[in-house]
Amino acid sequence: MTAAPIEGGVRRNRVAAFFGRHPVGMILAAPYAVYIAVVFAYPLGFSLWISFHDYFFAAPGAVVDHPFVGFDNYKAVLTDPAVRQSFGNILIFLVINVPLTAALALILAVALNRVVHARTFLRVAFYVPYVTASVAVVGVWLFLFNSGGLVNSVLGPLAPDPSWLVNEGLAMPVIALFVVWKQLGFFILLYLAALQNVPNELYESASVDGANGWNKFWSITVPAVRPATALVVILALITGANLFTEPYLLTGGGGPNGASTSPVLLMYQRGLQQGEPDFAAALGVILVIGVLIVALINRRFIEGKD
Amino acid sequence: MARWPTAVRYVVLFLGALIFLFPFYYMLIGSLQSEPDTSIGGAFPTSGLTFGNYTDINSRVDLVGSLINSGVFTGGVLLCTVVFGVLAGYALARLQFRGRGTLFALVLLVQVIPFQLLLVPLYVLIVRGYGLADSYLGMILPFAINTTAVFVFRQFFLQLPDDLFAAARLDGAGELRILRSVALPLVRPALLTAVLLTFIGPWNEFLWPFLITKEADMQPLAVSLANYISNVSSRAANPFGAILAGACVLAAPAVALFIAFQRQFTSTDIGSGVKG
Repeated sequence: MTAAPIEGGVRRNRVAAFFGRHPVGMILAAPYAVYIAVVFAYPLGFSLWISFHDYFFAAPGAVVDHPFVGFDNYKAVLTDPAVRQSFGNILIFLVINVPLTAALALILAVALNRVVHARTFLRVAFYVPYVTASVAVVGVWLFLFNSGGLVNSVLGPLAPDPSWLVNEGLAMPVIALFVVWKQLGFFILLYLAALQNVPNELYESASVDGANGWNKFWSITVPAVRPATALVVILALITGANLFTEPYLLTGGGGPNGASTSPVLLMYQRGLQQGEPDFAAALGVILVIGVLIVALINRRFIEGKD
Repeated sequence: MARWPTAVRYVVLFLGALIFLFPFYYMLIGSLQSEPDTSIGGAFPTSGLTFGNYTDINSRVDLVGSLINSGVFTGGVLLCTVVFGVLAGYALARLQFRGRGTLFALVLLVQVIPFQLLLVPLYVLIVRGYGLADSYLGMILPFAINTTAVFVFRQFFLQLPDDLFAAARLDGAGELRILRSVALPLVRPALLTAVLLTFIGPWNEFLWPFLITKEADMQPLAVSLANYISNVSSRAANPFGAILAGACVLAAPAVALFIAFQRQFTSTDIGSGVKG
């Protein structure tokens, strides 16, 4: 009678040593683990595999060879002028979008942080574009920025010709502005959260030393929210690399003359419309490597990790 | 905090808010005008508003059917995220089991894998491999469990006091029972935040359902409206009016939900999710 519980205890210890103290956790987490395996891990490996093989869509059920082609797909991507143009477009997008997003979000968050009246109204006003579908707000931007639209009626003789969305020099900047407007509410939230952690004593002692508001903003607030700024830059970068809906709808499929084509739009056009999934997979891999490189550089410069 | 003069702060904020809200106001006004009026005065009409554009867009895009598709897509994602995401979040926060560290590393990793890398293989697998084109399952699968929500659930379960769980286990309660009767009621407000964050993903998603639905009667509203914008709008009498009417229908549920629950959308909730 006394031996049984001890034996049971030993067995439990052995089970615990292998499965952990709460093996039931494996069962609870299993659906999520399976989901990760099916929707992320396997496709990720498959994507790499496709990018190194001659892959094409065959008739359903047909057994076809997909020979290994080494770096051929990557060579095709890197020598393609449309790809180069699309990466240049993303660069234009980032140069306009990232500084504007970071600056406006921080200024508005600082202003919003101390506000007492109309807080709810102001918060909702800034977050509403973020929660609304891109497709819906693209509709109204098309209406605002088309050649006979409200923006041009306000500008009168100053209206650009050709108009915004069909002008090679302006299509990408308009998309960058659209995304600033669309995402700013989320970034204001991030900065507001970061501002809660800035100790008030810093401002008080700066006031004693005679610093004015502008000095305090530059020498206390901006350095204190540096980690948030790093996050804002990374997330804006990922948004830029993922750009699809805006060039697809706002500029009618990346026009004019490819001046607003994004890499993801190109992946869709070449990979799925024109049936070159191997080209698109290689483009995807290159795009992600590019994002990782820029993210690492950003980490070094903004987070100050040397 | 930089102590700006209060007046300057309010002027900046209200000016910004007006610029931010104007496109929404203009969307509503444009959807109610029978003729597009793009003059400055046209933005402030005093008469001649009609619901004609709404009947017009409804005759070209099946609004009710598309809304049902959007609802099923969003509902499926929400259901999977709340059920399986809460289980995973609880296990990651409160249970010790083999593979927990690996799984949590994956949670962090998945959040930085951009969707475009998976675009081609997911399309090949789901459409060509499993034959799930034009199906709700195919739409839901890639988004089924929102990883950010799993992460947020874990953070909230982690913040609960240890004694609570120790006491419940001493009383002999099973883990599912502890989760249901002890942990969940305590994190209910956080649950709502995560649900709202998850909602806007599939409701607003365009690229994925656009890729896998070719049949009009399976398309969510974002897809059918986008197709209307890019293909058929040239044939409508007032294409912008019809587009804006469709845009209002697509935007309304998300905006209404968000305003109704805006208290849940505070910086502290998001902050605790982001800071880790």
